[in-house]
Amino acid sequence: MSTNRFNPSKSALGGATAKLPQRAGVGLKPQHFQDILDSWPDIGFFEIHAENYMVPGGPFHHYLTRIRERYPLSIHGVGMSIGADGPLNVQHLNALQALLLRYQPQSFSEHLAWSTHGGVFLNDLLPLPYNTTTLQRVCDHIDQVQSHLGRRMLLENPATYVEFVASTWDEGAFLTEVLRRTGCGLLLDVNNAHVSCINHSRDARATILSMPLAQVGEIHLAGFAEQLDGSGDLLLIDSHSTPVAQVVWDLYAFTMKLAGPQPTLLERDNDIPAWPVLLAEASVAECQLQVMREDALPHLTAVTVEAAT
Amino acid sequence: MNSQTAFATPLLAPELPCPSGLTTWNNSDPATRYAVYRNNVVVSLIDALADTYPVVQQLVGEEFFRAMAKVFALVNPPRSTVMACYGQDFADFVTSFPPAASVPYLADMARLEMARVLAYHAADVPHLPNEALRSALTDPDQLMHLQLALHPSVQVLASPFATVSLWAAHQGVACLSSVDPDVPQTALVFRHALEVNTLEVDSAVGKFICALQARQSLMVAARQANEQAAGFDLGAALALLLHWQLITTITTDKEDHEPAH
Repeated sequence: MSTNRFNPSKSALGGATAKLPQRAGVGLKPQHFQDILDSWPDIGFFEIHAENYMVPGGPFHHYLTRIRERYPLSIHGVGMSIGADGPLNVQHLNALQALLLRYQPQSFSEHLAWSTHGGVFLNDLLPLPYNTTTLQRVCDHIDQVQSHLGRRMLLENPATYVEFVASTWDEGAFLTEVLRRTGCGLLLDVNNAHVSCINHSRDARATILSMPLAQVGEIHLAGFAEQLDGSGDLLLIDSHSTPVAQVVWDLYAFTMKLAGPQPTLLERDNDIPAWPVLLAEASVAECQLQVMREDALPHLTAVTVEAAT
Repeated sequence: MNSQTAFATPLLAPELPCPSGLTTWNNSDPATRYAVYRNNVVVSLIDALADTYPVVQQLVGEEFFRAMAKVFALVNPPRSTVMACYGQDFADFVTSFPPAASVPYLADMARLEMARVLAYHAADVPHLPNEALRSALTDPDQLMHLQLALHPSVQVLASPFATVSLWAAHQGVACLSSVDPDVPQTALVFRHALEVNTLEVDSAVGKFICALQARQSLMVAARQANEQAAGFDLGAALALLLHWQLITTITTDKEDHEPAH
């Protein structure tokens, strides 16, 4: 089943070479470089944060080069500031382009958020109102990114803690329209969807259903932290510091039934465990994906299996 | 003020109230939720500085370090998305941060630790093969006119304090109580293979390497080193550069900078 419906009017972007496999991947962390080179684990792909590798040389490039020779790669940006009201930083775009040329990743993705303002990098993914003004700006920025890089990108739904009086669209409709206008794909962060739904008292499954699921190119899973808001209601923080919660695994299974098996990344950026722990968590997603992939195979396979038994 | 300026400004200004225009489903105070962003921004910047400056943190303790880093971060937020190199002006800030005055070598320790980060991420440039070096360095007619380019990770830090010994003591390779902090030391920081090295060198060697980095000829660099400290040993200094494979190109200032062979 192909879920990657590319907007034909934007096909000149091309560039989207091979796709990530419909398998589980893990965020690549320097503390795991040597473990990976020592064991060459059976894992679907690795993902890096683009900005961490925008350094001239040294061990990061040494290890990534070796790992890239053996694994598919996703490059995930956190600093493009696509939701910013100011212009994109062309220097940053050029650095990104150089990184993409060097490592030829199967996927490039960024966030529906902003992180730079007035020349200051705030190092966080900040929220924006969803209305016709921001819609146009986000689309313009994505058009600029895709034409600069000559490839299609995926856009990730954010985890948010506040909403804006100025919003006139819900997030699913906003994302659907951005994807329709720009031809970019969706990086569906299931944890972010859960976090945002708890934080804004929305139904997570209805939210997933409102997303442009036919354009999903990758799924993110991560853990969250809990605190309380000013009224004592639960407020979830997208901390990437804990294992994936069961409620998020359940939402993931629900999502995959709708979107089909998708490349699935286990994100862990804080309190990073030993490599075997992370690999074991990824294997949980891998098992679910395997079931989905087998379900998605044509009947011929079932016949072959029957004949063999 | 546009809406993103209104949202961004209080992130780095704790005294400012939460921006207007925010809403919550339960009519709870948006300030509590906005505080998550404030915390994310400031803590992530402090954490980035803590990653870069572990020995500075050990010297003053975690609580003091994080308070100092917060004061720095609020005034000097990153201008680049590349966080690995964030905080290059932290040492200058430390120098002028009165509460840190009781640890006079703190700023130089920060300089050393930033030099190590820059060396770690410096460009990959191959060193010259030994044969090319040997033939160039053994031609007496050429020798003093040679210009040596060094690996981009190479940095020299001269300090009035025993910065190298203090740093080493925090790596578990020396005893802190045996270090006299008031002994001047010159640090040579560079990356060899994948490891960043921090060596103590004579001040004259430091001067020599700085002169080479300023594209001075071997002759001029050696003279400047000798002015720094009489008895500068050019042979030993070159042996050091050869041993650690820090020479990347050799040119000559004679004959229109034609490469030596």
